[in-house]
Amino acid sequence: MKARVTVTLKNGVLDPQGKAIVGALGSLGFDGVGSVRQGKVFDVELDTKDRAKAEESLKAMCEKLLANTVIEDYSFAID
Amino acid sequence: MKSAVVLLPGLNRDRDMIAALTNISGVAPQTVWQTDTDIPDVDLIVIPGGFSYGDYLRCGAIAARMPVMQAIREKAAKGVMVMGVCNGFQILVEAGLLPGALMRNASLKFVCREVKLEVTNANTAFTRGYSHGQIIRTPVAHHDGNYFADEETLARIEGNGQVVFRYAEGANPNGSINDIAGIINESGNVLGLMPHPENLIEAAHGGTDGRALFAGVLGVAA
Repeated sequence: MKARVTVTLKNGVLDPQGKAIVGALGSLGFDGVGSVRQGKVFDVELDTKDRAKAEESLKAMCEKLLANTVIEDYSFAID
Repeated sequence: MKSAVVLLPGLNRDRDMIAALTNISGVAPQTVWQTDTDIPDVDLIVIPGGFSYGDYLRCGAIAARMPVMQAIREKAAKGVMVMGVCNGFQILVEAGLLPGALMRNASLKFVCREVKLEVTNANTAFTRGYSHGQIIRTPVAHHDGNYFADEETLARIEGNGQVVFRYAEGANPNGSINDIAGIINESGNVLGLMPHPENLIEAAHGGTDGRALFAGVLGVAA
């Protein structure tokens, strides 16, 4: 079973990298970019075929390692 | 006072830390490897700086999940003193032994220079060698020292006097909220700080402002 985990900064947490990306987009001529918030994507392959078990396992992975829940939110989608 | 230094792949300030502890206490610290689950009977455990696991995922994230950290957590709960410097501080926040998080510097640049620090709580086992409000010099060398905590956590640690070092006015090198450079836990036995006091302990370093921190926590003369 394949899953995609997305980790993004929580609202209100400053994202200097996102700001730098806005600046770089502007210098490439992409005007009108209000803001960019960057994050991370993890493509995870799981051995199980049990969807409920996969969801439970992914949630635990996010809470324990993939996201730092002090500053980041996470979401995941199972194929 | 006996001490131990934690070793993890990718740390690079371990030898400086061992030298500092040996120089100030007169006794070489023991070393503890990342997979050790049994930490010797010491009074102080130090996690030095560097780039454990190449800063993969997040700074300190992988190191914080190594077996030795569970052993450190148990020692800390029993009151053993724990200090994390730079990457060690990042590991302690990732391990949940200290509140908040350390994010990419606001400038996005690696900062390697000397800064001035203000001792904002001299009433701790770590900072008792300094006086309240004292301004000291220390080197910093990091890419991810931008301390962040949510409003509630920030109010709590400020209210409890857990912010023990702040970048002095105009010296904040990384955008840290409230100019925070170092914090302790609620019980006062776990300290994390971004600057490197171990690199300012003898005349050849250009100053000795870091000595009082080690002397204070080790209970020896500076």
